[in-house]
Amino acid sequence: MKPIELLNSQQLSVTITRLCHELMENHGDFSRTAIIGLQPRGIYLADRIVKELKERKGINHIRSGKLDITFYRDDFRRKAEPPIPSETELDFELEDLNVVLIDDVLFTGRTIRAGLDAMLAFGRPRKVELLVLIDRRFSRQLPVQPDYTGKMVDTIASERVAVDWLETEGKDRVTLFSIEDKA
Amino acid sequence: MSSLSVEHLLGIKYLQREDIELILTTADNFKEVINRPIKKVPSLRDITIANLFFENSTRTKLSFELAEKRLSADVINFASSNSSVKKGETLIDTVNNILAMKVDMVVIRHPNPGAAHFLSQHVDAQIVNAGDGTHEHPTQALLDAFTIREKLGTLKGKRVVIVGDILHSRVALSNIFCLQKLGAEVMVCGPTTLIPKHIHSLGVKVEHNLRRALQWCDVANMLRIQLERQELAYFPTLREYSMLFGLTKDILDSLDKEILIMHPGPINRGVEISSEVADGAHSLILQQVENGVAVRMAVLYLLAGKIERQS
Repeated sequence: MKPIELLNSQQLSVTITRLCHELMENHGDFSRTAIIGLQPRGIYLADRIVKELKERKGINHIRSGKLDITFYRDDFRRKAEPPIPSETELDFELEDLNVVLIDDVLFTGRTIRAGLDAMLAFGRPRKVELLVLIDRRFSRQLPVQPDYTGKMVDTIASERVAVDWLETEGKDRVTLFSIEDKA
Repeated sequence: MSSLSVEHLLGIKYLQREDIELILTTADNFKEVINRPIKKVPSLRDITIANLFFENSTRTKLSFELAEKRLSADVINFASSNSSVKKGETLIDTVNNILAMKVDMVVIRHPNPGAAHFLSQHVDAQIVNAGDGTHEHPTQALLDAFTIREKLGTLKGKRVVIVGDILHSRVALSNIFCLQKLGAEVMVCGPTTLIPKHIHSLGVKVEHNLRRALQWCDVANMLRIQLERQELAYFPTLREYSMLFGLTKDILDSLDKEILIMHPGPINRGVEISSEVADGAHSLILQQVENGVAVRMAVLYLLAGKIERQS
């Protein structure tokens, strides 16, 4: 199977702008909001969203951070090698804030489950919402649903969604491919 | 590399440079964890760890126990002073009895060199050496390296002098291996009687003049005189030792550069290091203790990741 392009660079940019508008509807001036990107891949989307809100939507101050969920995963010792953590960068407490967790792709829901657990180490938020760029619907293993979705796609288990960013891969785009092809 | 090349942590000698780097970068993450409002993660919640201390310890024992608890492991503690070892039980028997209680990992401190290695060959559990006689104390060397790296950015090309009772020190041996693997230059300094005869073969410099050694180094790691392991008199008096090898503010001030001061503890104030220096601005002693928990969490996490889950 040839990789299928789900979003090109322009579509990705339009989608991020729409997600920002949806966030603004619910969060006003973001004074009680924290935007948290999940490591390793959700942080790029979170950065883009924060950047757009600041530079193009005139919101001056937004709390934002990066959260690593490695130590909260439920598959520790189920894989040959222990998962290696990424950096957590969260220099404020989440007590009584409205938290928006951000990840690039929602698949089984297990990462988000771990993310919710990890987040609690920083206090008790008033409310938690989930924003994802791609929702691979009908593939959930846990009762987790996003509040904001960039695009919904129907996929099978042997497929993967790759979200590429200008900063890391040199190009903004989202593709769907089969793992057999990659191997 | 995302996995250690070893099943047990018996000594730095058996680690590759990549293993040490993996432990240090993982420890960076745990250092962030232990500075959170809630300092605990659930990674090792189905792991049971036995801390077997056949020799006295304050820092190492507390540090391991805290690391285990912050990883959510179940912990049992054993100290030989109030155990059946006094009734004549052998090491293997003691440990196997403890393992029969379904223990996954063993942290052991023992007065005999090689005790951890011996145990790793005879019992079915992951072993972490918390000090075996005059042989190795790998987690101390790892936390020392972590602390230097945190302060200076890298170990590569840095000069570290280890001062004091090198002959009886497991900290010295583990530090020499660890620092060299990470690209640092190592010198040992102390009275002739407390420097092992063939230490040159490890590729370290030897110096008997403290001031010259300090002038050479970026970091000085001061060791305690291990009177409990000395059956002979290696130097005339503690007072003389202190005059020749004790680190004081005067000698630090006489150098034309600033150096970092470390000590694995316990400190004998006024012997190998003066209070003024131990509590001074260049002392990393308390950072070492804090980093010890993060480094031990990293070691336990990476080793536990290798334990097969019983399904």
